[in-house]
Amino acid sequence: MEEKLVFTRPECVVDRATHYCPGCQHGVAHRLIGEVLDEMQLADKSILVSSIGCSVFLYNYLHIDAVEAPHGRAPAVATGVKRARPDNFVFTYQGDGDLASIGMAEIMHCANRGENLSVIFVNNTVYGMTGGQMAPTTLEGQKTTTSPRGRDVLHDGNAIRMAEIIAQLEGTSYSTRVALDTVLHIKQTKKAIKKAFTLQNEKKGFGFVEILATCPTNWKMSSLDANERIAKELIPYFPLGTYKDIEQGAK
Amino acid sequence: MAYIDTIIAGFGGQGVMLIGNLLAYAGMHAGLNVTYIPVYGPEMRGGTSNCTVVLSDDEIGSPLIPCPKSLIIMNPPSLDKFQSQLEENGHLIVNSSLVDASKCDTKRFNVWTIDANAIADRLGNTRMANMVALGAFLKATGILTIEDASKALEFVISARYHNLIPANTVAIEAGFNEAVKL
Amino acid sequence: MANERLFIKGNEAISRGALAAGCKCFFGYPITPQNDIPEFFSEEMLKTGGDFVQAESEIAAANMLLGAGAAGIRAMSSSSSPGMSLKQEAISYMAGSRVPAVLVNIVRGGPGLGDIGPSQGDYYQSTRGGGHGDYRLFVLAPSTAQEAYDLTIKAFDVAFKYRTPVMIQGDAILGQMKEPIVPWIPETLNNYDVDTWCLHGTKGRKERLVKSLFLNDGELAAQNLSLQATYDSWTSEVMYEEFECADAELIIVAFGSIARITKSTIRTLRAKGHKVGLFRPITLYPFPNEALENLAKQGKKFLTIEHNLGQMVDDVRLAVRRHADSDFFGFLPGNLPSPIDCEEPILKALKA
Repeated sequence: MEEKLVFTRPECVVDRATHYCPGCQHGVAHRLIGEVLDEMQLADKSILVSSIGCSVFLYNYLHIDAVEAPHGRAPAVATGVKRARPDNFVFTYQGDGDLASIGMAEIMHCANRGENLSVIFVNNTVYGMTGGQMAPTTLEGQKTTTSPRGRDVLHDGNAIRMAEIIAQLEGTSYSTRVALDTVLHIKQTKKAIKKAFTLQNEKKGFGFVEILATCPTNWKMSSLDANERIAKELIPYFPLGTYKDIEQGAK
Repeated sequence: MAYIDTIIAGFGGQGVMLIGNLLAYAGMHAGLNVTYIPVYGPEMRGGTSNCTVVLSDDEIGSPLIPCPKSLIIMNPPSLDKFQSQLEENGHLIVNSSLVDASKCDTKRFNVWTIDANAIADRLGNTRMANMVALGAFLKATGILTIEDASKALEFVISARYHNLIPANTVAIEAGFNEAVKL
Repeated sequence: MANERLFIKGNEAISRGALAAGCKCFFGYPITPQNDIPEFFSEEMLKTGGDFVQAESEIAAANMLLGAGAAGIRAMSSSSSPGMSLKQEAISYMAGSRVPAVLVNIVRGGPGLGDIGPSQGDYYQSTRGGGHGDYRLFVLAPSTAQEAYDLTIKAFDVAFKYRTPVMIQGDAILGQMKEPIVPWIPETLNNYDVDTWCLHGTKGRKERLVKSLFLNDGELAAQNLSLQATYDSWTSEVMYEEFECADAELIIVAFGSIARITKSTIRTLRAKGHKVGLFRPITLYPFPNEALENLAKQGKKFLTIEHNLGQMVDDVRLAVRRHADSDFFGFLPGNLPSPIDCEEPILKALKA
């Protein structure tokens, strides 16, 4: 019988089982990055700046050079890498606690300087690695280990919408929000990553891709329910769409 | 052994930092070790501006001098502040245009007066009073020559004012020649 | 041109030394009294084809340094005490992930906001590492503008030779004082084994990782042992100055600006017949233990003088502990130190 290969691992993705929980979508995001790096032939000139959180181990899953940043500081570390080696391709991969809480200053100023690099921001509305505490993106009423009665916006403030905020900065070239809950959305996510990477590759500046993703373990849901929560609860508060694209004009 | 240290003090704007730098450059080009340190810290709020310069043919230890061997005093508050710190038999150069020279302790110190503002006015630019005072300092201490100081002017006066170097040299000479020992 | 004397502040001497050492990136944030350094680089670094970023905070500046260092590029950041506290996070990561970098601390008075005057209150912070975890920094303490220039060049060499962050510790006296220096350019710049570890894209080779997280059994212990072995090897890099020590009954131990101030006092007291000498550690870590112990073996007495309430004196006592002890005199942060103020404590220590 003739074999026809129709689906394979991207070359720059490591042949290794991830440490992620069942139903977690980091693996999907990793694969999309791997596909885009391969398609754009960027892997051998890439330097990844990993952040603190579940995704710190992304460097174990990609055959590319990487440096580990302190919590929240990936955009500053990436700035240093890119300024030192402007001909390399540089991107960060950060979660919501890392980027939107402790790293708020670093991401804002990195974008505002218009650093020619890309940021992949995975928003699952919770601190995953540390065991499900309230994040800056935790939704009103969402129960976490530090908001056991549900997030009280009068007490804790509201969830932060990063893609919109980043789009407001003059230095930003591209800011978009996508999700990983459906095939269509996954395809859109890949397109968004490719767009951000292309802008950097063409020296057109700072690209920001916010990806809504699941955390079934800390949401205390089945994988399917978690996936459905994205459409039911996350997207209504965090609308998908492109908030800034210098090649299209701001939305 | 050649050694002198001095505190140069006056109002902000009298150019005390400038002649401090000038003295240091002149000493450096004459082959001496030099340090220059501007007033630093809380004293910046006192309304007076001052700097400390050390010139020595030996290695210089402290750049901060609590009891200097000489003083260039450009205004009254500086005399009040620093006279008591001057070393016994030290050189006290006083701008008598603004400072009451009778307040200087001629028994303890080697006091020289110089009518710096009036001389600078006579030479056509009141802002050169600092140069006149520096000339008096050179006369009093003998540490460096007028030529040493004159050659250093180009290093402390910005390039666009280099046309004023001859006039400043004249001011230094006038200070040297017209300083009066009390 | 290269050997023409320059009359410049210590801050500028550090900056020019960095350029001579091939520093290509500077990341800074304004704080007194080190502002001359970022101001210098904002113009001069761009002229050399390097890059300068005024970061949003000292935290970000230090992390940019981490990034540039991981990329194998000679880079620097400077600050003063409160800012150095903020940089400690990245410094710990740099030590843990073996990233070479040069940091400058123009120390001011503390704790807290303190003042903008000179102080040596950050001795513990610099020599003990400063951030979390078991690590040390290579710490250099210049006392003249020339030394500030020379030691900055050395700092880059040490950083790459040992893959470590290096600290240059000065104070407002060193930073603001002008002195002549003779600039020089190193004939060669050695980045040692940088090509075996730095990040610049795989380009066909296996991927590399610069990290400080070691979760597997034994990994972190091995990393700590490796770091410790590096620190132990630094004893060969110890630098110090002895002044009038040979026949001295009392040795003053002082570093940086305070060493040169006490040198003036020692000259004065020598002229009066007192047998006093100066021992000046130039590397604060590695500390010159052996040289100090040798002096102690000769039966000399010790007085440590610092611009703080007693920090280096701990290291002096450890160095001489088998044979002697050290007295201590401290100029207080907030006060300007003067050669006269330490005469009395020196005479007292001589009599004791």
